[in-house]
Amino acid sequence: MIPGQVILGLSMADWLGLPEDWSQDGHHIDQLLVLVHWLILTVLIAFAAYFVLALVRFRAGAHPQAERKGPSSRWLWVVAGGIFAFEVILMAFFEIPLWVSREKLPAPEESTVVRVTGEQFAWNFHYPGEDGIFGATDPEYIDEINTLGLDYDDPASNDDLVTINQMHVPLGKPVLVLLGSKDVIHAFSIPVMRVKQDAIPGSRIALSFTPTRTGRTEIACAQLCGLGHYRMRAFLTVESEEEFAAWFEEELEYM
Amino acid sequence: MDIPYTVEERSDTRLSNGKLGMWLFLASEAMFFGSLVSAYALLRFAADDWPLGSDVLTVPTAAMNTALLIASSVSMTAAFLAIEAGHLGAFRRWLGLTTLLGIIFLVVKGYEYREKLSHGLGPEDSTFLALYFALTGVHALHLVGGLVVNLFQLGPGVALWRRRPEQFVRRIEVTGLYWHFVDLVWLVLFPLLYLT
Amino acid sequence: SRAGGSGGEEVAVSDSKESFLRRWVFSLDHKVIGIQYGLTSLVFLAVGFCLILIMRWQLAYPGEPVPIVGDLLGPLRAPDGVLQPEFYNQLGAMHGSIMVFLAIVPLVVGAFGNYLVPLQVGAPDMAFPRLNMLSYWTYLLAGLVIFSGFFLPGGAANSGWTSYPPLSVIATEGQTAWLVGMLILIASSLLGSINIIVTIVQLRAPGLDFFKLPFFIWAQLVTSFLLLLAFPALQAAAVLQLMDRTVGTSFFLPSGLVISGEVMEVSGGGSPLLWQHLFWFLAHPEVYVLILPAFGIVAEVIANNTRRPLWGYRAMVGSTLVLAFLSFIVWAHHMFLTGMGTAISSFFQATTMIISIPSVVILTALFLSLWGGSIRFNTPMLFALAFLPMFGLGGLTGLPLGLAATDIQLHDTYYVIGHFHYIVAPGTIFAIFAGIYYWFPKITGRRMSERLGKLHFWPSLLCMNGVFLPMFAVGLAGVSRRLYDGGATYEFAQETLILNKVMSHSAYTLAAVQVFFVINLFWSLFRGERATANPWDATTLEWTLCSSPPKAHGNFDVAPVVVRGPYEYSPVEREDVDFLAQGEASA
Ligand code: HEA
Ligand code: HEA
Ligand code: CUA
Ligand SMILES: [Cu+2]
Repeated sequence: MIPGQVILGLSMADWLGLPEDWSQDGHHIDQLLVLVHWLILTVLIAFAAYFVLALVRFRAGAHPQAERKGPSSRWLWVVAGGIFAFEVILMAFFEIPLWVSREKLPAPEESTVVRVTGEQFAWNFHYPGEDGIFGATDPEYIDEINTLGLDYDDPASNDDLVTINQMHVPLGKPVLVLLGSKDVIHAFSIPVMRVKQDAIPGSRIALSFTPTRTGRTEIACAQLCGLGHYRMRAFLTVESEEEFAAWFEEELEYM
Repeated sequence: MDIPYTVEERSDTRLSNGKLGMWLFLASEAMFFGSLVSAYALLRFAADDWPLGSDVLTVPTAAMNTALLIASSVSMTAAFLAIEAGHLGAFRRWLGLTTLLGIIFLVVKGYEYREKLSHGLGPEDSTFLALYFALTGVHALHLVGGLVVNLFQLGPGVALWRRRPEQFVRRIEVTGLYWHFVDLVWLVLFPLLYLT
Repeated sequence: SRAGGSGGEEVAVSDSKESFLRRWVFSLDHKVIGIQYGLTSLVFLAVGFCLILIMRWQLAYPGEPVPIVGDLLGPLRAPDGVLQPEFYNQLGAMHGSIMVFLAIVPLVVGAFGNYLVPLQVGAPDMAFPRLNMLSYWTYLLAGLVIFSGFFLPGGAANSGWTSYPPLSVIATEGQTAWLVGMLILIASSLLGSINIIVTIVQLRAPGLDFFKLPFFIWAQLVTSFLLLLAFPALQAAAVLQLMDRTVGTSFFLPSGLVISGEVMEVSGGGSPLLWQHLFWFLAHPEVYVLILPAFGIVAEVIANNTRRPLWGYRAMVGSTLVLAFLSFIVWAHHMFLTGMGTAISSFFQATTMIISIPSVVILTALFLSLWGGSIRFNTPMLFALAFLPMFGLGGLTGLPLGLAATDIQLHDTYYVIGHFHYIVAPGTIFAIFAGIYYWFPKITGRRMSERLGKLHFWPSLLCMNGVFLPMFAVGLAGVSRRLYDGGATYEFAQETLILNKVMSHSAYTLAAVQVFFVINLFWSLFRGERATANPWDATTLEWTLCSSPPKAHGNFDVAPVVVRGPYEYSPVEREDVDFLAQGEASA
């Protein structure tokens, strides 16, 4: 890692007012955000300085006769080339590696696997339980209690846990989310985990994050999904392995 | 000051206004049908299974319809050549024939639709049928538009022939461009829906 | 009376004898049609603004009754004056749709394009006057149909201006009105853009070859091509969505949908993302439609008021063309979070980064145009100058959105809202104001008041920033857009709530200071100082006509002949003159 990057990153991360970072990899995104905002700020200040100078110096009062010949075209290529070079660097050395690394998902055996399913206007969390296998589901079985239509004749269903708007995960272990939706498009967003992904009906999209701090935080829906979009909120609790196990047992009792 | 180049071509662009306008319109239409065809492609590749067009639809009727449209394009060209040569009578016969062929096409199409619907095969039944009805439906609407224009040129439009024959010829040329385009669309839709 | 051919028919055109209806309502004259477009779209602009003002109350003071208009909205939309979430969503969708499709585009293309294109290319009228009239009336009809949604049971379209299915397919009837309205609007836009292209290509005055066209004309030409070729994608998508809504097809509905606990009875097998692809295939080029004509207006005003030729004219034209081509292959940058693999996301972010460069070139050229000038700070120039950094900020904040990884944090937050409003509000709207102040004398024969103009400009500039600058902070903090309560539900958003109030009050002040503009408009119309034919000492052809040219077919008594480029200010070869007009009356 380039040392300058770290310094730049630290000085501006707070300044941008980003949410706290509770995840193992979130700082990569923050770093890129910081770098691109440095670019924005530099261009902004340079142009603003030039702008003020030009307006003052060439106001009609001070400069009654315009010059026919303009500045050298070199400037144009310096500016355009400079901005483009910076963009290419950001993309090639930061963005693409980052996107590739986010595509690499942890193995299910080593992670907390959760099927997250959005619906108007709640989040369903489906844990496979000890066997690690999700019980079969069928929309025909959906009712007020069985919100995902779990098929209880399937033996794999017996140890499955389904919760609404409450997601718990153990600390330090990767979380593998399999995201989908029952009805319209939602977006699963956990600002402190630097995670956001559209939940599209008809498909399951995988994503992952690794929590590095215990505590309770909010999960938001980021895509307009109807009149309750603004209150489609869930909670994420990160806790120790033991607390998580205890919670899981307790919730299973209610099922 | 009159609007120039309504009849004659502008020397540097080699175009008259109407012709350029029609080419632009057709470019837009090409994007329209292109979008529909991409929708077809995307839905088809995403689908788990897709029926063979000839199993669901009746190829012979559609093949006949294809022949009708090709013939109508020929007669449309004949109509243009006739009017360019100054033969109003021949022009009317050819354009009348073109129009008639178009109408027969629509009648056959309507019959085909009715048959599908009476067998309980509606656009709501499968993605394939939905695409079939959507694509052939908008094509049929375009054909209806072409028929309206043809009928106008056969009827009240001819008044222009008496006043400004050259302009009338340009108009028929542009009308023909549109007609050929609508045929061309069918020549894409036919294999896409019926044969693959 | 003179005669002008339009697609062949004789067009009865005449002088003062014409009936009022022929002259002002069903006119075939491009100037009148331009004015009709202008007034109608200004009304839509005001309507779009009013809708957001109502919303901004709810954002600043969630759950409190809206003052003044709250009680007028009716018990379904706002019981006791408090907005309902469903009504909030209608307002949001309609604000976006009205602003983009019914206000800004018809203003910059319909109004400015119609009025100025024939004048600047030295043509007697648009190439197809009848189609021109038709395009205005279909536009008005489309606007009324879309707006009529508010009076349907269930209210107007409420699925955002983007109308993503399945939400839009299961939405209330207003969505059908939106779709039908859009289909009509696309027809109107098609007629309009064909007309503009043919007029520019065919009706250019002798001597006016392509590289002598004013940059404004280039912008209109390229814009029209974008409209012509991009809108059909939405036309196709709208047909399909209409079928999903009315005949029960499933183009955009996947199998196994469960809506409020009920399995939806459709065949399924469709794709919600198909809509997004088709929509953004239109909507990204569409955003350049919102900005290119603004570049055109600003370029004219800046060249004129620096008394220098536009710097880098050819580079600007080239960039505009590149921009137009590339705008067809960046659309999926709006869809980074729909589950894209690295290959596709890299492709679309690469094109997005590349397309930012022509914008940088155009903007830098405009900035460099100032250097060495003799700058007059009149009202049009102030708005044009303010456009530059405002667009710049909007454009620059597009970059973190264009990088897929940072878009994870920023997608669907207020950062996006801030990004594009900087471009369209203190950007395009300011360019529109610049254009109105600049061409008002030509259109009406009178000048607008400079004093009122400056009273309009400075507070507008301040308030625009007051509305939109805080959005970046709110977005970076992670607060989503389209939230009925402005984020009040969420704990992490609490610290930003105060900014909602700042933004809302800035918006109200912004609305209040528009009074100076409206007064100026009407006062100047009747009382303004009379304008000479060329009050700004400008070069392009429209300034050789008398001001407020007669509203009849045929603009120039003698066909103009163009002898030089569009920006011959402070010419070297003639030190005795300040500028050389582009055309000469043919000898
Ligand atoms: C006119 C409109 C317009 C324009 C011109 C642009 C221009 C750009 N846009 Fe924007 N965009 C929109 C309108 C526009 N956009 C809208 C409406 C949306 C949201 C739609 C919705 O979801 O509802 C959107 C959303 C949007 C997204 C999706 C975000 C998301 O939903 O997550 C992205 C992502 O790539 C993006 C990128 C860009 C880029 C890279 C540019 C570039 O082309 C910009 C290039 C310009 C520059 C780089 C400026 C250079 C500046 C200088 C050289 C000088 C600066 C000087 C001073 C400041 C003094 N835009
Ligand atoms: C071109 C497009 C455009 C323009 C100009 C504007 C202008 C403005 N917009 Fe809008 N906006 C959108 C396009 C636009 N918007 C879109 C596409 C969305 C997304 C919608 C969605 O979520 O689907 C959006 C969303 C949006 C939101 C987010 C809502 C949400 O997410 O819930 C907000 C919030 O403040 C907002 C505010 C404003 C404000 C304050 C202005 C102001 O700048 C307006 C200022 C207007 C004026 C200054 C005009 C004054 C008028 C006159 C002077 C006329 C005089 C008239 C006569 C003489 C007849 N807009
Ligand atoms: Cu679910 Cu918004
Ligand atoms: Cu875009």
